[in-house]
Amino acid sequence: MSTKIVGRSLAVAVGAALLLGSAGVRADEFTKQDMERWNAQFMQVVQKGRELWTSPELGKNGVACAQCHPNAANSHPETYPKFQKQIGKVVTLPEMINWCIRNPLEGQPLDVDSPEMTALVAYATYERRGVKLEPGKH
Amino acid sequence: MSNHYDRRSFLKAAGSVAAIGALPVTMVELAFAKPTENFTFAYISDAHIQHIRGTKFVNNWDRGLIRAVAEANLMTPPPDFVMFGGDLAQLGTQPELDHGAGMLAKLNAPLKVVMGEHDYYLDLGEYWSKLFGPQYYSFDHKGVHFVVLNSILTTDEWTFNRWPTPEQRMLEMAGLDNPNGSPFMVGEKQRDWLAKDLAKVTKDTPVVVFSHSPIQKIYKGWNFWTDDAEQVQALLKPFDKVNVIYGHVHQIQYNQIGNISFNSVMATAWPWPYPQSYAQAEQYLPKLTIPMNRADPFFERDATGWQMVNVNTGRVDLAYNLYNNKPRVVGFDPKLGHPVDKDLQSVALEPNRTHY
Repeated sequence: MSTKIVGRSLAVAVGAALLLGSAGVRADEFTKQDMERWNAQFMQVVQKGRELWTSPELGKNGVACAQCHPNAANSHPETYPKFQKQIGKVVTLPEMINWCIRNPLEGQPLDVDSPEMTALVAYATYERRGVKLEPGKH
Repeated sequence: MSNHYDRRSFLKAAGSVAAIGALPVTMVELAFAKPTENFTFAYISDAHIQHIRGTKFVNNWDRGLIRAVAEANLMTPPPDFVMFGGDLAQLGTQPELDHGAGMLAKLNAPLKVVMGEHDYYLDLGEYWSKLFGPQYYSFDHKGVHFVVLNSILTTDEWTFNRWPTPEQRMLEMAGLDNPNGSPFMVGEKQRDWLAKDLAKVTKDTPVVVFSHSPIQKIYKGWNFWTDDAEQVQALLKPFDKVNVIYGHVHQIQYNQIGNISFNSVMATAWPWPYPQSYAQAEQYLPKLTIPMNRADPFFERDATGWQMVNVNTGRVDLAYNLYNNKPRVVGFDPKLGHPVDKDLQSVALEPNRTHY
């Protein structure tokens, strides 16, 4: 993993690499520890999503996502974006989640780039892992 | 799906059911049926009345039960009785059970009630029993022996020793997909009672069993499951005609195991996905079952409903009153020896039937 590079023509690149990568790692070099860390980060967000999915506090009437969608089943993240005829346009999964928060949960929609929405999407998608992508499917 | 539900068509359908002892979609009358032995009852289940605070309850679930009760009262002539299939409450509290019981009290026909896990795990059915009586019992009606089981019990260790408070115990069991839950069972005490109860019944008497959970094993992860199902089935095996009708699953299922026909009923509150829609699950949905089509969440009552149950010579036909899908009728086919969907079983599915 050393960054010992000689050659004048590479001097600028070498300088940048030394500046950026104190560990001296290139983009195509990563370790088992890296992958474990990235996966742990992801699963932490999935776990947060599971907590929100089962929480009576996400909306305002005590209803939780999991009441109708155990294990996030029938949320079909692999079919988004898709035309949602009832909304009248192509929507993404976060927009559909916000519809559910507003209606059955009688709550306030989340910002689509909020950590909470990211967690909900991560959880629903994780539970659907292994299923092929079918954007637009009805 | 232009089959829009309206009050007029319902009255016509309900009238035809009661008047000719058959069902509105495809008329199936068993040739050897003695008309005097045929009767109809209504089955309403899984209302999940959910308290918010004070006098506020989740409106969506309230509307489901109110509608089913109002419609059951429109049946002419009236049903012989109405079964409520369990999960009247969401978290088993007195406000929820009282609110639900108040709605059920508006039924004109006599009411019989099954225990659900959402009614039970707060106070182990104590308040429910004050309202509705024993948690398991039997009765006879027009030559049919009816048995009501409390099938949502579980181990003593889980029930009595695992949770610091009754409230937490209730919450743990209320989450359908909660890995901290525990498999349902009828239990030894009740199986002993059932054996004694059935000992008095002749083997040619039709038997109808009402339970909350399926007395068969479909998917353990969501408790579409009864742990001692085989032992209960063994007690029912000596009888010529046995029908088990269960709630809990919030969807249409049907199956045949030996002499026992199984039928599930709809919820008035919300629909559940079929277990195969959970990509990580190993499950055993009966091969006979043709699943319901998708639920449209934008229509509040979609994929919920209730059912009229015809009993013809001891076999049951369930007419599903679905609010935003074509009505379905699932009944016993004497030639095939198992329940079939009267419309869908023999035809190829439309290619776009399963959609999201």
